[in-house]
Amino acid sequence: MGARLKLFLPLFLFAILALFLFRGLSLDPREMPSALIDRPLPQFSLPALGAQRQLAREDITGEVSLLNVWATWCISCRVEHPYLQRLADEGVPIYGLNYKDEDVAARRWLDELGNPYRLNIADHQGTLGLDLGVFGAPETYLLDADGVVRYRHVGVVDDNVWQTVLRPLYRELKLAEAAP
Amino acid sequence: MIPGLRALCVALILGLWAVPSMAVIETYEFSDPELEQRYRQLSEELRCPKCQNQNIAASNAPISRDLRRLLYEQLEAGATDEEIRDYMVARYGEFVLYRPRFTGVNVLLWLAPVLLLVAGGVVLFLVLRSRGAPSRQGSGMSEDERARVRELLREGEDGA
Repeated sequence: MGARLKLFLPLFLFAILALFLFRGLSLDPREMPSALIDRPLPQFSLPALGAQRQLAREDITGEVSLLNVWATWCISCRVEHPYLQRLADEGVPIYGLNYKDEDVAARRWLDELGNPYRLNIADHQGTLGLDLGVFGAPETYLLDADGVVRYRHVGVVDDNVWQTVLRPLYRELKLAEAAP
Repeated sequence: MIPGLRALCVALILGLWAVPSMAVIETYEFSDPELEQRYRQLSEELRCPKCQNQNIAASNAPISRDLRRLLYEQLEAGATDEEIRDYMVARYGEFVLYRPRFTGVNVLLWLAPVLLLVAGGVVLFLVLRSRGAPSRQGSGMSEDERARVRELLREGEDGA
């Protein structure tokens, strides 16, 4: 290497460092893949919200669906709620995991704001949440027809998230389901 | 000195000694002091999934409270440290370990400091050697120039 080129070495090193740091600016540290990706939804036996029955894994699997973790204490869930309702109206099966909440408050919420969920699991202690690796609400899991977790979205599901992230995966899984 | 100012200075100096408290709200009664020791150790090594830059010992996030309770229950139930770590990793991923395992891509993480140190040592060695050794190409002067330098030096000595 020429002596002159050597002088530029610090500049090259700086440029490489700057490149990494610049990339870091646009990375979201909250965007962590779930540890359960491509693994089956854990077994559970928890009461259904607003019904005298126990729910198990088999009750919410069988087709491609969304499992939405929500709670009345979660402010972002209220923001997300109208969009979930819209998805449900379009025919997307959504199951709810009412996470560490009170039944009375949760039922009032559904009465007042509408119920986009086919079924709601009442996870008072957060045991299923723990097995799922939930660390806050809202979180939304995409399950395939066999009940395998395919994707986890942390945060509010809005039109942008649905159109760019969830819907393509959802359609892909739907196609796979249709053609065995 | 004004009395008020003096009190203020004392308060400020005392304030410097106030370290941020690591204590959390709940306390657990352990059946064995050794379990308590392991509880401390593990709760400092496990990372809060929600807050990301705190361990579960220092975090007041609800999820950390849950994980501490879980840790307590598992320790009392007789789980080994490794079983507890496996349990956490199965749910929250490798992310929860502040002390990453020596497996997979983490090997790179563990070895990077050593590799960088070796690389730095090699560079240092090369630079020092090239500096210490006399230049092979000589001083870059022609024979005539050399003679002239000798002449000049001699003149300087004579003049002194």
